[in-house]
Amino acid sequence: MKFVVKAWSNGGARAGILHLGTSTIDTPSLLLSTRKGLPHFISPDLLSCLPAPESRLLHVSPLHFLEGLSMKTISKIGGLHQLLGLHDHCFVAVPRDSIQCLPEANSTNKIGASFETPCGRLLIKPVEYMEMISSTRPELWATLADEVPAWVSDKRNKTSVDRTIKWLDECISISPASGAVFGAIVGGSSLEERRRCAQEVATRNVSGYWVGGLGLGESMDERPALLNAVIEALPEEKPRLICGLGLPEEILQGIAAGVDIFESTYVAQFAMYYHPTCLLTMLIAFTAIYRKDTTSIVEGCTCYTCRNHTRAYINHLLNVHEMLAQILLEIHNTHHFLGFFRLIRDAINAGRFEEFRREFVQRWR
Amino acid sequence: MNWPRALLTDSGGFQMVSLLHLADITEKGVTFQSPVDGKPMLLTPEESIQIQNKIGADIIMALDDVVKTTITGPRIEEAMHRTLRWIDRCIAAHKRPHDQNLFGIVQGGLDPVLRDICVRGLVDRNLPGYAIGGLAGGEDKDSFWRVVAQCTATLPEDKPRYVMGVGYPLDIVVCSALGADMYDCVYPTRTARFGTAIVPEGVLKLKHKAMAEDTRPIDPTCACMVCKNYTRAYIHSLVTKDAMGSQLLSFHNLYYMMQLSRNLHSSIVQGKFPEFVCNFLQKMFPKGDIPEWVCNAMEVAEIDISSCCAPFRYIQATKVQSNLNEDEIQAV
Repeated sequence: MKFVVKAWSNGGARAGILHLGTSTIDTPSLLLSTRKGLPHFISPDLLSCLPAPESRLLHVSPLHFLEGLSMKTISKIGGLHQLLGLHDHCFVAVPRDSIQCLPEANSTNKIGASFETPCGRLLIKPVEYMEMISSTRPELWATLADEVPAWVSDKRNKTSVDRTIKWLDECISISPASGAVFGAIVGGSSLEERRRCAQEVATRNVSGYWVGGLGLGESMDERPALLNAVIEALPEEKPRLICGLGLPEEILQGIAAGVDIFESTYVAQFAMYYHPTCLLTMLIAFTAIYRKDTTSIVEGCTCYTCRNHTRAYINHLLNVHEMLAQILLEIHNTHHFLGFFRLIRDAINAGRFEEFRREFVQRWR
Repeated sequence: MNWPRALLTDSGGFQMVSLLHLADITEKGVTFQSPVDGKPMLLTPEESIQIQNKIGADIIMALDDVVKTTITGPRIEEAMHRTLRWIDRCIAAHKRPHDQNLFGIVQGGLDPVLRDICVRGLVDRNLPGYAIGGLAGGEDKDSFWRVVAQCTATLPEDKPRYVMGVGYPLDIVVCSALGADMYDCVYPTRTARFGTAIVPEGVLKLKHKAMAEDTRPIDPTCACMVCKNYTRAYIHSLVTKDAMGSQLLSFHNLYYMMQLSRNLHSSIVQGKFPEFVCNFLQKMFPKGDIPEWVCNAMEVAEIDISSCCAPFRYIQATKVQSNLNEDEIQAV
């Protein structure tokens, strides 16, 4: 993995280039969320209709595979690329998946991190996690963390930082030869703990940083200070990855603080709950007013869905419960969200990120 | 739909009868309960054709009076005659005979006399194509193939014969041997949603625990995207839990059916149809235990499959196998 910062705009926001696997990705960039490695609805043969190479970063939670596929079998098959038949894509492994594999701080203990998953509550030990990493062979992976929500006691929060650092060291020591390691940074909603954790992790031999524990109850107002406390302690030249920021506004917060890669469940949520998204206009629900609307979801959008289908058709598909609706919506929403990131990169490169952010937030609200 | 290729619409008759409660059939049409608000609605031959004219498919189906083949008695005869009266109403109502081909549907249950009357009646109307309806409803296979054979023997040679609701690959091979040309069935996609793949040997149940460690493709002889890229183990982890599982299996199953059609077509064109049939049957029945109804149908179709049958096969009385998709596939 190689990362180079190319441009800055108004302080923390930066644009860079990430070389990962066989891909060269411009940052800030988005990880597409997956379920067992593939999108929720977009079938592998349709992935090529998404803009490349920015659509090639996939977030994978190794925990998904615990429901029905052993690590031994995945290893035998040859890792994620072979398992998923996706040879041009890059996999970023982070255990937390903000829709279905949520950290369960109450059950996490010194032995391992607890997650609430579709196959029940699971306790993942660092050594088990590393077995998952070495079997799946992602290009990039985050170390195991003890993520706690914003409302825990100071004592619990401090423990989470100590534990996360300890597990980081364990993970690195078991680390497989390939795959870039991102050190996990937690600290809840305490500025000191966030700073402390970041400073510790900054001394470790990692390729980048994964900012965890956000999107778990802290308010949008609290977040910038927490992000800054972390980022200030980190070296500029290494990339920063964050999970759990869903809304476009939250993404902008992260970018302003200096985050480079984002995992967001925004698209997945909408595809699953039947809403197409037009970031610069109101969200459209599948109500009767679209029954005869022969325009595309977003005028001028070049995605497969907008080039080929009308609102009326998608409205019909939703009404008759056809899965094609979710497929078409996930394609559009992903395409659109990637377009949002492209606008962000353009704004940073032109030195006008804060202006872009202000305008967007105004129109969005 | 933005679909640039051929389209066929059904009349709506079968769906009403099979999917809705309280469907009542009279001379006027079919009265049913609207699935939207429960109010009684009437679908007449005229209205069915009108709707199909608006949708604009290349082939449209006449509204027929469908009865289940498991029913006996005068209802079957009534339905067959009504189907003939309705075809005239359909023809009269059809506003686009130059872009849309109206197919008539042969009814008559399992009664050869009734079927014959219906065939003659439809052929008199000189339609662009003919469907063989009222089958694929749970009747025994021995009766099924005989009805198909009778219809294909008496329907015109130069018009397509469409066996509605068929079906399983074996049924398609048999019907093709008997002279049918077109088929439709929910089977490939429905069985995919339940985690079952169609393979040359029959079926493969991906839900089975043994699949969790199986790193082979679903079908090593299949060239589809799914078989080229995915293992049984991965598909196993998806099926019945993730939408993607249904998608990938549907893809494979549909590809399989299209490949089967392609192979049937090219083997006939190349004059190698009997070999194809034997090959097909050998893979599906490696022990030679081909169901009697298949042997009988192939005999009538004049296809020699003796090389695939176990010796003395035709002397023994055997149970008819009608539910292939319930066989467990053993390790190949």
